[in-house]
Amino acid sequence: MEIPVVRNILEANDRIAEQLKALFTQHKILVLNLISSPGAGKTSLLERTLTDLKDEFTMAVIEGDCMTDNDARRVAATGAQAVQINTEGGCHLDSSMVLSALSSITLDGLDILFVENVGNLVCPVEFDVGEDAKIALLSVTEGDDKPEKYPLLFAESQVMLLNKVDLLPYVDFDVDVALRHAGRINKDIEMFQVSCRSGEGLDIWYDWLRKERSAKAQA
Amino acid sequence: MHEMSIATSLLNIIRQEMDKHGATKLISVKVVFGKLSNIVADSLDFAFEVLTKDTVLEGAKLEIEELPLTMRCCKCETEFSPELANAMFAPCPECGEEFGHTLLTGKELYLENIQAE
Ligand SMILES: Nc1nc2c(ncn2[C@@H]2O[C@H](COP(=O)(O)OP(=O)(O)OP(=O)(O)O)[C@@H](O)[C@H]2O)c(=O)[nH]1
Ligand SMILES: [Mg+2]
Ligand SMILES: [Zn+2]
Repeated sequence: MEIPVVRNILEANDRIAEQLKALFTQHKILVLNLISSPGAGKTSLLERTLTDLKDEFTMAVIEGDCMTDNDARRVAATGAQAVQINTEGGCHLDSSMVLSALSSITLDGLDILFVENVGNLVCPVEFDVGEDAKIALLSVTEGDDKPEKYPLLFAESQVMLLNKVDLLPYVDFDVDVALRHAGRINKDIEMFQVSCRSGEGLDIWYDWLRKERSAKAQA
Repeated sequence: MHEMSIATSLLNIIRQEMDKHGATKLISVKVVFGKLSNIVADSLDFAFEVLTKDTVLEGAKLEIEELPLTMRCCKCETEFSPELANAMFAPCPECGEEFGHTLLTGKELYLENIQAE
């Protein structure tokens, strides 16, 4: 017999993601899914953000890491709540992992929840974890062709942060090429150039966070 | 890279549907995915084989259909299907516009049907 199905293969993930979204909306928590290659600076960005905005927002982090709890410890050192999920080699976080991590986070009074995904430009994009927005982080040491090579990430992200701009004098990264390609793939993407080393450009990122957070609080 | 989790999820759906229809032997399955969804057909096939081995589903055939990218021009609304490797950057064949086209197909990932007894 033929059984016509037409079911989204990731539906189990999407169903849990929908529940997470409802939960986050109910608590008015802004949730951001941070995606980049290994070493682009996700944890560095979080350390900066959690420290600089400490007095303004209550923030928490879910850290996806293949093997260690290094990132969770770095983030916890800022005083924010941090939960580690070890994916044991898995290439992405999924919604059920985030759901189980929530049991160790106090949602009451939380303003912003960051999810640091596993370092990978491909797989995390497919798995919604209930976020309001995906944030693509690209560093200038990776080459300006990344938006062209990994279009889905840039198509699905609301923000592209170009990190490590302090290193621009030493690498042959063409900022215009990267920004132009990202803009072609996604005409609405907002692009900020930052350095988590010098702090350059982070104010614009913080303003974006303030704007999104207040929109979520009023939703 | 995430073909294992996709195959796992696929098999869960197959088992549910077979139960629902009282089927016990799986013959074939058809999966459709878009060019942009980053699936490697061979890896999915391999994951499916590994996960069904020594189960009642062993030996079932996995049919995989890849859908092309199709876009609608944001300026003149022409629909086109770029063939280039860097298809996301193809200019509209009618008006030449390069930016901000709407993706019509290319992101799918779904199970279309199951043949079972
Ligand atoms: N020069 C410079 N180095 C940076 C900057 N941001 C991060 N780094 C360095 O880049 C390295 C990797 O940074 P992480 O923040 O650990 O990167 P990550 O994306 O969290 O890495 P994974 O979690 O392993 O994927 C560290 O040595 C940082 O000090 C920057 O803006 N400029
Ligand atoms: Mg990290
Ligand atoms: Zn056109």
